[in-house]
Amino acid sequence: MTTQQDKSGFAATDVLANEFADGPDTVQKAEQSPDELQPFADLGLKDDEYAKIRDILGRRPTASELAMYSIMWSEHCSYKSSKVHLREFVAKVPKNTRMLAGIGENAGVVQVSDDLAVTFKVESHNHPSYVEPYQGAATGVGGIVRDILAMGARPIAVMDPLRFGAADHPDTARVLPGVVAGIGGYGNCLGLPNIGGEIVFDPCYQGNPLVNALSIGVLPVERLQKKEATGSGNIVVLLGARTGRDGIGGVSVLASATFDEEAEQRRPSVQVGDPFMEKLLIESCLELYDAGLVTGIQDLGGAGLTCALTETAAAAGTGMRVWLERVPLREASMSPTEILASESQERMLLIVTPENLDAVLKVAEKWGVWATAIGEVTPRGEDGSPGRLVITWNDHVVVDVPPGSLADDGPVYERPLREPSDLILLQADRAETLPRPATGDELRETVLRMAASPNLCDKTWVTEQYDRYVLGNTVLAQPEDSGVLRLDEQTNLGVALSVDGNGRFARLDPYEGAKLALAEAYRNVAVTGAEPIAVTDCLNFGSPEDPAVMWQFAQAVRGLADGCQQLGTPVTGGNVSFYNQTGAAAIHPTPVVGVMGLFDDVTRRIPMGFKNSGELLFLLGETRAELSGSEWAWVTHGHLGGRPPKVDLAAEQALGKVMARASQAGVVSAAHDLSDGGLAQVLVESSLRYGVGAQVTLPEDVFVQLFSESAGRVLVAVPRAHEAAFTALVTEFGVPYTQIGVTSETAALEVTGQFTIPLDELRASYSGTLPKLFGTPAQDESGEVRSVTLELIEPKPQP
Amino acid sequence: MRIGVVTFPGSLDDGDAARAARIAGAEAVRLWHGDPDLHGVDAVVLPGGFSYGDYLRCGAIARFAPVMESIIDAARGGLPVLGICNGFQVLCEAHLLPGALTRNQHLHFRNRDQWLKVEATNTAWTNGFTPGQEILIPVKNGEGCFVADPATLDKLEAEGRVIARYVRGNPNGSQRDIAGITNEAGNVVGIMPHPEHAVEALTGPSLDGLGFFTSVLRALAGAAAGGQLAGGQQ
Repeated sequence: MTTQQDKSGFAATDVLANEFADGPDTVQKAEQSPDELQPFADLGLKDDEYAKIRDILGRRPTASELAMYSIMWSEHCSYKSSKVHLREFVAKVPKNTRMLAGIGENAGVVQVSDDLAVTFKVESHNHPSYVEPYQGAATGVGGIVRDILAMGARPIAVMDPLRFGAADHPDTARVLPGVVAGIGGYGNCLGLPNIGGEIVFDPCYQGNPLVNALSIGVLPVERLQKKEATGSGNIVVLLGARTGRDGIGGVSVLASATFDEEAEQRRPSVQVGDPFMEKLLIESCLELYDAGLVTGIQDLGGAGLTCALTETAAAAGTGMRVWLERVPLREASMSPTEILASESQERMLLIVTPENLDAVLKVAEKWGVWATAIGEVTPRGEDGSPGRLVITWNDHVVVDVPPGSLADDGPVYERPLREPSDLILLQADRAETLPRPATGDELRETVLRMAASPNLCDKTWVTEQYDRYVLGNTVLAQPEDSGVLRLDEQTNLGVALSVDGNGRFARLDPYEGAKLALAEAYRNVAVTGAEPIAVTDCLNFGSPEDPAVMWQFAQAVRGLADGCQQLGTPVTGGNVSFYNQTGAAAIHPTPVVGVMGLFDDVTRRIPMGFKNSGELLFLLGETRAELSGSEWAWVTHGHLGGRPPKVDLAAEQALGKVMARASQAGVVSAAHDLSDGGLAQVLVESSLRYGVGAQVTLPEDVFVQLFSESAGRVLVAVPRAHEAAFTALVTEFGVPYTQIGVTSETAALEVTGQFTIPLDELRASYSGTLPKLFGTPAQDESGEVRSVTLELIEPKPQP
Repeated sequence: MRIGVVTFPGSLDDGDAARAARIAGAEAVRLWHGDPDLHGVDAVVLPGGFSYGDYLRCGAIARFAPVMESIIDAARGGLPVLGICNGFQVLCEAHLLPGALTRNQHLHFRNRDQWLKVEATNTAWTNGFTPGQEILIPVKNGEGCFVADPATLDKLEAEGRVIARYVRGNPNGSQRDIAGITNEAGNVVGIMPHPEHAVEALTGPSLDGLGFFTSVLRALAGAAAGGQLAGGQQ
């Protein structure tokens, strides 16, 4: 299965070699040599797909056309395996008047006030980040930010859900620091606060780390941009960086095939980012939007110019005439095929009227960004049929295609589905039967061990490499349950955002696992007091050619679509990442779900940490003996089996309403969602946040109370003065609650009759793990650095 | 009073600096890197960010921007100038302040809420603090490790030109825990942490950063009333 794709990178080079020797392959040559053998299989196209291309064109494709079809019909661009399933999101989309743009656009747009809208989306950059962690992750940030920019929005924050192999595996020490530095290096330099995300370790991601990137932007409603290349005679302008040889074959070679031992040789397929250029691109685009100079716009990401040209033309039904030699190049010897396939970053395609061209070029010049008219929009056919995309290179016609055939009419597959053969046995192997800690000392030991485990430990070593303050609107950021942003300084309108996934739960039951991811993200937003209103998703799976993976995918999509329908929160857009697989071993199915919530007044947000002693601690929701797939089973037994916790979305909604009302009434001082690691982990995190301890008394069975991962639960701290108001509120919505204790005067976590752990001891366990694993030599374990003394520096000459 | 905030290509915290100036009660005036006209501002902030992508060396290109020529002249004439983070780097490159900011010793970008101890309070930007006052302000940089030769460091300390030091942990390895310094006249101040991110209870770890902006307004008001700028102009 993989042999044909193994060589694809090199085969593409062979095609190019011919172009250099004989001049470009033109439409004329294609007509004259209809039987010339073409390396379509090496480019990832199947026999019938190649036949379809010949059928569409009525001749063999030119080398450039073949490359374009192979890119646009790749899994990454065409969604050919996922399309039939993704229709669920559209079919089950809840009625919602806020949606201004949805699935199929660069990013979904949701109206949040009379004059403001928000756009957000999460995307994967998994394969490039494994091959070249720094640049792979950096350009993942850059790509999603341009999607947001293309909608007319100013990007205002990023988040990064990350998944790596085992924390102590040597390759994780290569991948993680590079990925984190790449995200920081790009996002920080772009001036976007990083407000949250996830860091998860599991051996299933060893050869396939997941680097997902989310961005959110805000726009005045009337600034919403379109991608349609409307208006015959309008000018096609390429804005931003010059085009180079980086990233050729990114989507087809990297993102649409499984890995093999030669992955490192694919580094040239990874793009190289320049965040400074992207910052200038953002500012120039926003200035162009505000001046009303843009008719249509599309970012260049995966599939580069090929994708942008065909999608903008296809969306409008127009044709396009492009002079490829006008594209500014970093490398003068690039062939037309390379120019069309390059995934060089920091580029946007604009459609502008001829009258506005000078003004557009002037804005670009102000910001020091290249802008070049490379083509023009051409009319539909006389019979009203869609126009054609005609591309010349030094007067050679190298492409003449109907753009819709690339952008919209790609192959669609109904792949075979089959439940994984091991699933029944896996589900029968329940974690509820594993040996448990019995005594207070054993429970104490377990709490400390769990708090220090890589998935639950303090992530500061990672998150402090990200700027969370820039732009001055960050109200809450990691390690809080949600990132919270102020959108409007006058009204204090704001949003909350959380991204969550749990591959273990999805492995045990992909339908319920997807719903659980949704429920967790929904709850994380709700506990801050925000009203959840919209969803984005990044669906990370193995090879779609494996019926078991495809079954997991179909189940997860159905679960997410059903969940969104029930919660009334539409999926506004997202991304599918297949082929996260090494050999026959696929990753756990990992749907990552982002939920956005709205605050009419962001000053009423509820943080997660205990701030004052003597407040009452209430546990909301029901705790059941649900340990299968839990962090406890994994950390203490290396166990994965059984069925994941039950999801009750109606209960989640009731919980969300309680939190929103509690936030409006100001009766809760802290709230923290229960998920990985259960109540024990929440007590650890909420106590350590500001160094205020807790004293709790738990009913039997104490172990289950501490480590169960039952969904639909939140721990809240309530000042005594608000006790009556709070309990009345919870009762009104029928949410079960238990008063389990108080925040305490002593800096310790105490479970009555079981154990006490001083916060200093807890902090040492919780915070030591990542610096020990990834810290640099100049750092001691506390993360502090010693002051340097430089004796050899010469005094600077004074001017 | 009008506080100018410069935008270089790649400036990121310019909006934040302008907001801080407004909250302090000043009028914020945006200055463009390519325009040498200072538009009659009473003080200037060089904000944080990655001017010109930090290419070549942090601040090395920005130092040659047309607006900087005017700022360098005006600063020598006593105009209060505050360089924050990248702005501090620009001031060092422009030789308005001694020393240099180099790669953090641990080689990582680091963002945390940082305690500082204020020392020199006789400058245009710190006269509202008391000597020894501890303040909490975000630090966020990849190249914030302050270095200078021992003679320069001794001179800075002897002349009372260290405006703040890191306490409770040095985030980047700066020599002698120096977080910020001033020139001899006390009108030019460079600081690595970000006062403009600690001006609102909703978004900052404290309101301590506001003191820098209210200080300069006080200094300007004093100067307008016929006094000298805090720190004096020797």
